[in-house]
Amino acid sequence: MELESLTMDAARAAIASGEVTATALAELHYGRIAADDGKINSFLALSRERAMTQAAKIDGMVAKGESLPPLAGIPVGIKDVLTMKGSPATAGSLILKGYRPPYDATVVAKLEAAGAVLLGKLNCDEFAMGSSNENSAYGPVRNPRALDRVPGGSSGGSAAAVAANFAVATLGTDTGGSIRQPAAFCGVVGVLPTYGRVSRYGLIAFASSLDRVGPFAKNVKDAATVLQVIAGKDVMDATSSDQPVEDYVGGLSRPVEGLRIGVPEEYFGEGLDPEIRTAIDGAIADLKTAGCVVKPVSLPHTKYAIPTYYVIATAEASSNLSRFDGVRFGLRSEEAKTLSAMFKKTRDAGFGAEVKRRILLGTYALSAGYYDAYYRKAQQVRTLLTRDFLTAFDEVDVLVAPVTPTPAFKLGEKTDDPVQMYLADIYSVAASLAGICGVSVPCGETKDGLPIGVQVMGRHFDEATMLRVAQAVETGPSFCGRKRL
Amino acid sequence: MSEHAAVTMEEVRRVAELANLELTAEEEPRMQRDLNAILGHIAQLNELDTAGVPPMAQVGEILGGLVEDRGEALRQDAVRPSLDRAAVMACAPETDGRFFKVPKVIER
Repeated sequence: MELESLTMDAARAAIASGEVTATALAELHYGRIAADDGKINSFLALSRERAMTQAAKIDGMVAKGESLPPLAGIPVGIKDVLTMKGSPATAGSLILKGYRPPYDATVVAKLEAAGAVLLGKLNCDEFAMGSSNENSAYGPVRNPRALDRVPGGSSGGSAAAVAANFAVATLGTDTGGSIRQPAAFCGVVGVLPTYGRVSRYGLIAFASSLDRVGPFAKNVKDAATVLQVIAGKDVMDATSSDQPVEDYVGGLSRPVEGLRIGVPEEYFGEGLDPEIRTAIDGAIADLKTAGCVVKPVSLPHTKYAIPTYYVIATAEASSNLSRFDGVRFGLRSEEAKTLSAMFKKTRDAGFGAEVKRRILLGTYALSAGYYDAYYRKAQQVRTLLTRDFLTAFDEVDVLVAPVTPTPAFKLGEKTDDPVQMYLADIYSVAASLAGICGVSVPCGETKDGLPIGVQVMGRHFDEATMLRVAQAVETGPSFCGRKRL
Repeated sequence: MSEHAAVTMEEVRRVAELANLELTAEEEPRMQRDLNAILGHIAQLNELDTAGVPPMAQVGEILGGLVEDRGEALRQDAVRPSLDRAAVMACAPETDGRFFKVPKVIER
């Protein structure tokens, strides 16, 4: 069986017809991981026993001719910031080494209930802080499309695992671009659902007003299928919304004709790689051909998104990460003789440089005398950034823009300069701050064969329209540089 | 890039203390340099006049009824099963099965 072209529809059909068993499909993926992940480093832990138990259960259902759930036998991987009962959950950090949470994240439980086979836990930047996956305490992930380049971050392992055909789909998380940016760098689809659309129970928190869980997949339809399963109100997450979940998969067959596409001028300025510009223009031309109405729009506060994000996200992180103190889980420094020394020594030994940098920045921004100048100011600018989007969505149905200013950069290229690293997220953080939904879809590649992604952003809770436009881009005529799935 | 008052080494140490972080002698100057670079970038926000703009803690506020009234309803205050105590305590570095154990709290 060719894993390269294995979409969910193909896998489901093969399992239902008996062409392949769920057990054999899981083994095929584990075999691919064993053969190739040595050079990618996407998996931090395999949950083989749990996967094979689930696969056997699906095979039993097939044998009995029972109707199969939507993800029956589909091999998936989980970013290591989400809990899976009994499996390690490091969040890419030494401070959680050895921790095996006693419960499943809601999204994990939902995937398994829908028939998915959970292969294991995926590498990421420490506590999801990073844009290159070079901040993992367990080594960087390499981009399967170019091994000397980063896969993006923080969900680098989740994007790479799909690109390398280690899993049919994966879950990642996005706080400032951590799903869309690695999806663009690795040439896969990555969906940022609206804030509140997907439960975060069992997600190790980084910045609670921004963190979201979403899928990676080989195409838009597969991503929509996973989103369909994980979306919805969860009593365990008070920020999850009870807005009805639409039929995302069914909605994909509706035409895009007549939809109004906004092109935000601020996303096409200085610093945008010309090859990416050309690919995005191609995607927009395809949408025009498909009958969409393309309009220029302005999101005037865009350039303030990165500084706003780095105040808010670090302030929230400094609070959230205070729970890692060597008392209830994970690492404890054994050197210390007193409680306060134990806190400090544990945190010093357990956190990496970027995490410490962000905790310090966030603590500084919240400290007496600076709160109004930094935190309150950033919260006000967040309102302006969100109003930009709400105003634009009065005129258009979705926005189309680049995901990243450049294609995947080389390992080590930006590690010495945090500001340059942060600017890798310049086109993704505004949507994060505003809480709207977004998706990165492959739309071309550079002369050197590096993937290029286009971002489609939708109104709050209008994933259906966003995914429909994303699929029109995916199947549009401009993008011929890559094998169709 | 707008002006901002540079963070001194003393402030780096004070903030580290507040955050329960112990920085090594090598880490301190690097953190000072990085914080100043990042805060220099953040100072751009001062170009904006935000007088009268309400601060936004999360998106529910700006959407008004959409999330606030419906999405953030608290669940019923009813007794429900929670995580198994033994399983939770087993995750801790040191415990007597009922309580988490820590080094001496009173230092003087």
